[in-house]
Amino acid sequence: MIERQTSMALLEVNNIHAYYGNIHALKGLTFHVEQGEIVTLIGSNGAGKTTTLRAITSLMHPREGTIMFEGKDITHTPANNLPAQGVAMVPEGRGVFAKLTVEENLEMGAYYRNDKDGIREDLEKAYDLFPRLRERRLQVAGTLSGGEQQMLATARALMARPRLLLLDEPSMGLAPVLVETVFDTIERINKEGMTVLLVEQNALLALEVAHRGYVLQTGEIVLADSAAALKQNPEVQKKYLGME
Amino acid sequence: MERDKKSVWRSAIETGLIMGVVLLYLGVIGMFAAFQEREVIYEVVTLGQILIFFPALIGGWMAARRAQKSGAAPVIVMASALVAGAVTAVPTLIMLFINANIENVRDVLVNVNRDWVDMVTFDNRADLLTGTLALLGVLIVSAGVGGVLTLLPKKLRGALMFAGALVLLIGMFGETVRQILQQLVPRETLDTIYRRTSLRLTPAIILFVLGFVGSYFWEVRRNAVTRSYNAMPAPQRTVVQRIGLLIFLVALLALPWIVGRALSDIIVTVGIYVMMGLGLNIAIGLAGLLDLGYVTNYAVGAYVAAVLTSTGALGLTGGQMSFWVVIPIALIAAMITGFILALPILKMRGDYLAIATLGFGEIIGTLAISDWLRPVIGGAQGVLFIPKPNFFGTELVNPEQLYYIVLAACIVTLFVSIRLNNSRIGRTWMAVREDEDVAAAMGIDTARAKLLAFTVSAATGGVAGAIFAAKVGTVFPNSFTVFVSINVLSLIILGGMGSNPGIVLGAIALVGMPELLREFSEFRWLIYGALLIIMMLNRPEGLIPSKVRQRELAAENPPEPAPATSGVTQPAAGD
Ligand SMILES: Nc1ncnc2c1ncn2[C@@H]1O[C@H](COP(=O)(O)OP(=O)(O)OP(=O)(O)O)[C@@H](O)[C@H]1O
Ligand SMILES: [Mg+2]
Repeated sequence: MIERQTSMALLEVNNIHAYYGNIHALKGLTFHVEQGEIVTLIGSNGAGKTTTLRAITSLMHPREGTIMFEGKDITHTPANNLPAQGVAMVPEGRGVFAKLTVEENLEMGAYYRNDKDGIREDLEKAYDLFPRLRERRLQVAGTLSGGEQQMLATARALMARPRLLLLDEPSMGLAPVLVETVFDTIERINKEGMTVLLVEQNALLALEVAHRGYVLQTGEIVLADSAAALKQNPEVQKKYLGME
Repeated sequence: MERDKKSVWRSAIETGLIMGVVLLYLGVIGMFAAFQEREVIYEVVTLGQILIFFPALIGGWMAARRAQKSGAAPVIVMASALVAGAVTAVPTLIMLFINANIENVRDVLVNVNRDWVDMVTFDNRADLLTGTLALLGVLIVSAGVGGVLTLLPKKLRGALMFAGALVLLIGMFGETVRQILQQLVPRETLDTIYRRTSLRLTPAIILFVLGFVGSYFWEVRRNAVTRSYNAMPAPQRTVVQRIGLLIFLVALLALPWIVGRALSDIIVTVGIYVMMGLGLNIAIGLAGLLDLGYVTNYAVGAYVAAVLTSTGALGLTGGQMSFWVVIPIALIAAMITGFILALPILKMRGDYLAIATLGFGEIIGTLAISDWLRPVIGGAQGVLFIPKPNFFGTELVNPEQLYYIVLAACIVTLFVSIRLNNSRIGRTWMAVREDEDVAAAMGIDTARAKLLAFTVSAATGGVAGAIFAAKVGTVFPNSFTVFVSINVLSLIILGGMGSNPGIVLGAIALVGMPELLREFSEFRWLIYGALLIIMMLNRPEGLIPSKVRQRELAAENPPEPAPATSGVTQPAAGD
């Protein structure tokens, strides 16, 4: 699992460079995610984690490098075509549609799809996965608690029936108990076959659920290893796990 | 407790002082004198006097409300109102004192004259002590009324205020109301109600009692009525809804003949703005695109209609083309303009977009007046001789007739706008409005959605322009300034962003109100501005906030669980 396999990875990010004006935010990033894995990108504030996800989803375009998904070059695929290609994202800060109800938000997740029956089915699946959301079907998303919004954002992304799920700091602003629940769900989704790229500042928990991890520092990957190995790495322990 | 009390008095004095400054201001700008002859109720009270009572009444009300909110006893509440009333007199009394002791105040404040002194001392110019006491007394009593209103039970208070406002409005807008009544009742009857434009005392009292009883009855029965309506079986409810709709439609159809020519003319203008409001709302309210150049579409529609139908030198068809053919052409022309102008600004967001669209508005104004286009659209001379619409051989000359065109256009626009809002494309716009990046991540082509919003939004502006051209008969560049854009935007905000009924009400308030306020001659814009500020302060969400917003509010204060008829929210009655 650890070493790069000869078969094609689900997601391959090759040497991407991204800029915000003059700021060189990503400096030649290379990593990959295999089918069925949970891979985490950890790093402190401003390391470039969100930028990486924005580059994968074409919300910003890298100046150099390529991004391959299932063997296809998606570097310049317009953002709105990605859900149909199989990539869905739960953005940083969740980005639920505050004025729509829970159910309407979920329907938005299936925006590109036309199969009414399939959407119905997936809606039920989403509610089974998050019973809290079923109770609040008709509640306006803006009035959900932070944890519920996170569930909603995750469920909404799943409504696109993605083959790769990108999660940007799902633990942000949640109470420790809720964070646990969120990560349990991530593991569960993964067990059912979903490949996950998880961006986190909460490195401890991220490494707990992930198979592999990359440590990002000012736009560069400084460490790549299995999650278990990273947890044991003294440098990671000191810098990201708060251990001395 | 001690501290609380202190703050009650303090806030009463503050409120009184603020209202006192208002009172002084109204006097110093000459409003009392200007309206001292204008009797709202014949031989009882003039508008000038009401303007004196009012600041104190509001001050008393506000002070009492604050005291009540801080949990003070009724006596304290009442006392705080009276204190506020007394303090309201202070600024004016100071001015009286200055005026009595210093000559030449009039050189600076032209309206601090005899008339003013007479008004604020209640004709005790010679004896200022009596005058002072009279003013104090009147203001304290007025504030007391505000205090008593606060202390009354809610339903009673609501009914009293409704009745009071009714009499005041009917008296104040005597001229307008008379015009309306003229169509309905014979002159002699009218003269028993009004003496010229002043309401007579007996009808005023009757009106007050009727208003009070009606409003009170409604307040008491309202819950029962809505409950029994909700308890009705669905088919019966539909029948009630249909009947309501029918009455409403008949009233709409009869409107111009009830209100007469002058008001019909205002209503037509209001209708044109309703259309533009609904159109712009698609861009702003639905898609979140702050378009400050909406006048562009209006101008395109008006000029296209003008040159196609004019019988003058600039007319392209020599007046042969019918108004009804021109409407769709104007619509398409505006849509094309909207589409083309949207192309370069698709990447812009928020403020930048607003400035760019503002620029488009300016460009269209400049083009209209330019020498370059003069051979086509007449430059500053504009396009003249635009014929009135012809409906199966009848020329629709009067505003009463043009009203039906505007009404039909408004209904169609409203219908389309509701359908759009509830459709997939409405949902798409909403997503783009809330968060463009997230929308894109959901699979929405945001550029296309925005392009569509601008294009559709432009359409009604074009039709509004064409109707405007036909109504006025001439089209000049100076009708297409940035103020049109601002007005349309303002009426959307005033009515409640994204709410269709709100737009109608917003247009009435913003465009109709200045016409109705003509009564106040030179003070019209002052009052208009003040009313707008008051409206926005009281209802920052707009007069009729949109459903979505209501839903948010409802979610913040969850109502009692709905009856288990169906899981989905029922549309409200008469919606
Ligand atoms: N829109 C932008 N304009 C300019 N600079 C930006 C922009 N967005 C991000 N940056 C910069 O790019 C760098 C990487 O930002 P990014 O948001 O990817 O960090 P992050 O790792 O997600 O941090 P956090 O954990 O705080 O979310 C930072 O230095 C940030 O300041
Ligand atoms: Mg981030």
